[in-house]
Amino acid sequence: MFSFIVRRIFSSIPTMLILILISFALMRFAPGSPFSTERGLPPEVLANLEAKYGLNLPWFEQLFTYIKNILFHFDFGPSFKYKDISVNEILAQGFPVTLTYGLWSFVVAVTVGIPLGIIAAIRHNTALDYAAVGITIGAQVLPNFVMAPILVIIFSLWLEWLPGGGWNGGQWQYVILPVIALSTSYMASIARIARSSMLEVLHSNFIRTAKAKGLPMRNIILRHALKPALLPVVTYLGPAFVGMITGSVVIDMYFSTGGMGQFFVDAALSRDYSLLMGVTILFGVMTILFNAVVDIAYAWLDPKIRL
Amino acid sequence: MTDLIKPIFSVDDLKITFSTQDGDVEAVKGVNFHINPGECVGIVGESGSGKSQTFMAAMGLLADNGTATGQINFQDHNLLELSTAQLNHVRGKNMSMIFQDPLTSLTPHMTILQQMREVVKLHMQMSQKDTDAMCRQWIDRVRIAEAERRLNQYPHELSGGMRQRVMIAMSMLCDPSLLIADEPTTALDVTVQAEILDLMDELKREKGTAIALITHDMGVVARMCDRIHVMRHGQYVEEGGVEDIFYNPQHAYTKMLLDSMPRIDNPDKTSHHKLKPIDQQTSAENFLEVDDVKVHFDIKINGGLWPKTVPLKAVDGVSFKLRPGETLGIVGESGCGKSTLARAVLQLIPPTDGTVTWLGKPLNGLSRAQLKDKRKDLQIVFQDPLASLDPRMTISDSIREPLVTFASHMSRKEMQEQVLQMMDKVGLERNMINRYPHELSGGQNQRVGIARAMIMKPKLVICDEAVSALDVSVQAQIIELLMDLQEEFKLSLLFISHDLAVVREVSHRIMVLYLGRVVEMAESKDIYANPMHPYTKQLISAVPVPDPKIERARKSIKIPGELPSPMDPTAKLKFMPSKLRAGETNYIPKLIEHNPGHFVAEHDSLTDLQATG
Repeated sequence: MFSFIVRRIFSSIPTMLILILISFALMRFAPGSPFSTERGLPPEVLANLEAKYGLNLPWFEQLFTYIKNILFHFDFGPSFKYKDISVNEILAQGFPVTLTYGLWSFVVAVTVGIPLGIIAAIRHNTALDYAAVGITIGAQVLPNFVMAPILVIIFSLWLEWLPGGGWNGGQWQYVILPVIALSTSYMASIARIARSSMLEVLHSNFIRTAKAKGLPMRNIILRHALKPALLPVVTYLGPAFVGMITGSVVIDMYFSTGGMGQFFVDAALSRDYSLLMGVTILFGVMTILFNAVVDIAYAWLDPKIRL
Repeated sequence: MTDLIKPIFSVDDLKITFSTQDGDVEAVKGVNFHINPGECVGIVGESGSGKSQTFMAAMGLLADNGTATGQINFQDHNLLELSTAQLNHVRGKNMSMIFQDPLTSLTPHMTILQQMREVVKLHMQMSQKDTDAMCRQWIDRVRIAEAERRLNQYPHELSGGMRQRVMIAMSMLCDPSLLIADEPTTALDVTVQAEILDLMDELKREKGTAIALITHDMGVVARMCDRIHVMRHGQYVEEGGVEDIFYNPQHAYTKMLLDSMPRIDNPDKTSHHKLKPIDQQTSAENFLEVDDVKVHFDIKINGGLWPKTVPLKAVDGVSFKLRPGETLGIVGESGCGKSTLARAVLQLIPPTDGTVTWLGKPLNGLSRAQLKDKRKDLQIVFQDPLASLDPRMTISDSIREPLVTFASHMSRKEMQEQVLQMMDKVGLERNMINRYPHELSGGQNQRVGIARAMIMKPKLVICDEAVSALDVSVQAQIIELLMDLQEEFKLSLLFISHDLAVVREVSHRIMVLYLGRVVEMAESKDIYANPMHPYTKQLISAVPVPDPKIERARKSIKIPGELPSPMDPTAKLKFMPSKLRAGETNYIPKLIEHNPGHFVAEHDSLTDLQATG
């Protein structure tokens, strides 16, 4: 286990470097710059600006300084677009918001999705199963940019139970609608994966053995079938978790939550090099981290896997 | 006599129907039978005969689309009328079952002890300490060494044979009065099979447990059973005492079953077709020569900060020559490297070391294009006929494919004509030409595989367990077909199989492999009449003979100890522990020619091996 973690850390270093290199290159190759406006700046002003942000230096020097600052000062540099704010500050402001609604979405997706899928599998080919399949297909095909306004219409405009937007420091009323809008499709995917893998496990030979032992169904499901049925779900949970806690543009726009999703899109549109890089690196680290968590969970579920 | 004993298990007019998309299929069509306390009843039949379904119904394990009518009486209950909750008080306790595939029949994420404990907890009142003690006793009882350590291991850490022993131990925990064994040894090697059968026989005698043995293997039946029911198409065609069935079969199907069974003690009995002696004039030179071929795979070993790789020596220095028109049988148990050797000969896996010479020219080191040229003469037939054909190609497309590759100058019509001729030769109806593999039976698919291999009139065909997945009656037909084709095309064959009786029937010479090394190689008749290596002796003694008197009088030779891991560098000295004791761990046993053409690897004597184990 320990050696697995050490190996993971070492092997993630080249991955991160490649990630930085590619996103750095992509941004520089894309036309336009953070300072291109419709009318265009006078050349002297542009030169001054570029000098201020170090854009006049050769590309490898820029890259080197950038990586050096991250490694030694944990500094992602100043934002090019938002005046006088550093990328660190933007991340510190936006990330807790996405983390909050992302975590809750994850909890909801897992606690609803897994039991739904498993119960559907146990009651295979019954009304309950058909209902679960129907719901999950519906939830999966309904995009969140349709889901979000519908939720707002129902709960904010008609019922007037919940606020239609804002964050207000993460007060619970403000969290509910974003969580529902974000978690629904993940929940549906989890339920579908759990259902099909449970069905497969229930037809396997060792379940037949468990039945032949005379174990009651409840016992068979909980002790024999659940763990192997969760394996494919866990594989999906790693990337899904990262997807949720890194936020969603649609959620941030509709509910004005001020999370990372919005910053990510803004940064890309306005060529905010440092902000875009900062967000990319954060997502990259998260993905690597949670894939490692998935691997550890795998070893717990399946004794054949030794880390 | 039987009226006095009350049967513990009786089946009355049992019918089992499966509703499928193509309508209802009647798998069992009204069978009656009973099992008396302490007797072993064999249910014999080929695949699809419905022999397992009777007992699946009794255990409440029928598939969801299956319904059973009639009566299955066990201890004064009609099992078919019990609810699942009521049935749970019977199954696993008074009546238990072991299955064909021991590798997948245990829950992978629970330790052996956890899985055994569960049964005791469910059916008996017993303290945790007593439970654990009883589980350990049973693990000892089924002769698994180091019970304490094994109990805390997971199934994947145990070999197939050990897992089947665990299954037996687990099903015996509550002292059932009936043990149902559904093809318990079919997936196991012969030496392991012999041990498992001995164990079941011992339990039957000591505990008085009745056994229902479901199998396709007449040899197993001859060894184990008191009474036999022969089943075909969901009905019993014949039933009776074991000696009646074997020595005085009445029904044509029973006779056919017995006749198709290859006999290791008497190879000429079944083969309606005698193996033709090879022409001694044809020189051995310049045909196929395999010299010191090695195939090593790098296996990643976890542990430590960085994973290491250790070579797994799947084939470790095998040499042989093959003459035109000759069949060389290659036998050995699972993991001995026989399939890897076949693939290395054909360069499907590049050998790590050694040379393969074909018609005087080396095959290794050739480019892909050069190799493709040679493949016309070098063909292979695989084990699983259905899985080795492309499911999206009609069988005629599959058979034609080599022509398209090697004889592209032919017109489509000529090719079609050749395909049809080939189909005639392998016994496929011409009207099947547009069928897909899933529409054919296993035997028919294997004929397609053979037709595909033979259509270019190759000089060498490798049969890699080509008949192992087939029912005995089909197996006999395919073997006959292969021998006909051999005669017609002057083929050489490398016949790979784990089944010694089959190999004996078809081979001129036989090579016995053990963990990637040759332990014995000789003329077919010599090796069976006078096996010299202890491993060969053990293998031959473990094959059951379908004749109850002979089979029960035979004593199988046991060599103590488990099969060593092929990654263990001392594994090659398994039959020469004297060298290990002398500290010569790197010693490689040499092949010595005892009689002309009879090569035997150096080894300690059998009595020494049995004494030291």
